[in-house]
Amino acid sequence: MGAGDLGRVYKDGEVIVRQGEAGDCMYVIQAGKAEVLQEQNGRNMRLAVLEEKDFFGEMALFEREVRSATVRALAEVRILTVDKRAFLRRIQEDPTLAFRVVEQLCHRVRRLNEELAQTKTGT
Amino acid sequence: MSFGLFSSSFKHCLLSRPDVNPSNLKLDNGSRVAVIGGGPAGSFFSYFLLDMAQRVNIDVQVDIYEPRDFSHTAPQGCNMCGGIISESLVQLLAVEGINLPATVVQRGIDSYMLHMSVGSVRIGTPLHEKRIAAVHRGAGPRDIKEVKWKSLDGYLQWLASDKGAHLVCDRVDHFDWKDGRPQIKTRGGLVQEYDLLAVAVGVNSGLLKIFRDSVSGYEPPRVTKTYICEYHLGQETIEKYMGSSMHVFLLSIPRLEFAAIIPKGDYVTVCLLGDDIDGPLIKSFLESPEVRRCFPPDLPLDPPSCHCLPHINVTGATQPFADRIVFIGDSGVTRLYKDGIGAAYRTAKAAASTAIFQGISAENFRQYYWPACKRIAIDNRIGKIIFAYTGVMQKLRHDLRGILRMVSKEQMKDGCNPRMSMALWDLFTGSAPYREILLRMLNPVFVGRFIWNVVVGSLPIKRGRRP
Repeated sequence: MGAGDLGRVYKDGEVIVRQGEAGDCMYVIQAGKAEVLQEQNGRNMRLAVLEEKDFFGEMALFEREVRSATVRALAEVRILTVDKRAFLRRIQEDPTLAFRVVEQLCHRVRRLNEELAQTKTGT
Repeated sequence: MSFGLFSSSFKHCLLSRPDVNPSNLKLDNGSRVAVIGGGPAGSFFSYFLLDMAQRVNIDVQVDIYEPRDFSHTAPQGCNMCGGIISESLVQLLAVEGINLPATVVQRGIDSYMLHMSVGSVRIGTPLHEKRIAAVHRGAGPRDIKEVKWKSLDGYLQWLASDKGAHLVCDRVDHFDWKDGRPQIKTRGGLVQEYDLLAVAVGVNSGLLKIFRDSVSGYEPPRVTKTYICEYHLGQETIEKYMGSSMHVFLLSIPRLEFAAIIPKGDYVTVCLLGDDIDGPLIKSFLESPEVRRCFPPDLPLDPPSCHCLPHINVTGATQPFADRIVFIGDSGVTRLYKDGIGAAYRTAKAAASTAIFQGISAENFRQYYWPACKRIAIDNRIGKIIFAYTGVMQKLRHDLRGILRMVSKEQMKDGCNPRMSMALWDLFTGSAPYREILLRMLNPVFVGRFIWNVVVGSLPIKRGRRP
């Protein structure tokens, strides 16, 4: 990790958040890639690959559920943690801070809709 | 037209014209916005104004007036600041999609060393992450031989330009009104009228006096002098002596409120804050054993590679807005002693969202921008109480021993609630509002533990017991 790199480095395969665990922060990828995996019937299914500037774990900021998926480093990835309390306090002062979070959630819903449509039409 | 005459006549003129009813003052397609000052406040304002305008499909033109070229070294490209981006701002920028690159961040800070007359202790970041960024505002100090890192201000300016802002490399030296709109004149002879003017010139600019005389109700912030200097140590020496720790000092030196040494790439920055910083105060700080221990013994601390005595705010401005004008960053309100870049982000963004979503009249700014400024100003009052207390505490060795003991114990134990460590961390890094820090310090458990540590720390030394 270089002197000017911010955040923390996770090595290839290292788990950053684990499905089923409680969480109280979200994460922003500073450099590298991470994969989102969901365990179903004992098998890990890859849901997405996240890249620089993508964030994950944001659902833990808004609901009191456990982590819905595992996120694992793909090669070396550098991650910055965002504190729940500081983030929510700031959103209360400046609601426009939520624009990007909502934007990313919209992208995910759009992608899921497309995948659902493909599944239903069997393409 | 004289500025003094203008204030009253302008208001009269404004109210008598139906087309400039304050409720009609809004940005629209083709509106022109001038930003005076291309430091963090000006660049953040431009970036977020354009970002929000694009979201609501408004096409506005933004011109940033900045005479300095931040790719230059020494005063030509410097904005005279300690160069710390707080933990909270690093996180907020990441959420905004702005990841500070390693070409700008010279060192990620993951801990700080607290030095007191009774000893020193290291306090690590809560999540063992590098969450504070040490940067240079310009390209570097006067004697720099090779520019290895980019300037923060240059990077933020690039972000604003990338969003569509137009950079005008000229100094604004005159302001007037033309048909109810702000008109600026530059040293290069350019005369331009705008729909909105954002003033982000900081408190070291003479331009604020012109605005004080010409903008009704605006009174610039009160300021004090601070001292900032840089020493060239080279990366290896910095790594050896400081690593990725910021060093902060609570020393019993009269008039000194707070001092810090910030490791960067090849240089370290020394910042002194207090009342009327002068030569003798600087000398007694640099010669204190606690400071000397942070540097190689053979390094001469005089003269430094570069130094300056810039002003910093001790109060906020009075009414930092008017119809079609808003003052952001230091020329409006900033945080006391800490996180000036964070305050620039907050005020710039509050002003930009007001201008896009509400309007650009004084009433709009009063209703939607002023609360953001007031939050900072009220928090600063609490900050003054905390700093007054730490000033008293610096002279009380029993209290200092209590702090040292409490922090040392907390840092050794994993899993315990590091109450004192976190309070000091947030106080020195500017990561949390002063109000929150004070409330935590008044918590009965905190007070109880502190008193216990003061009492135990004051007992006669038993070998191997005292940290």
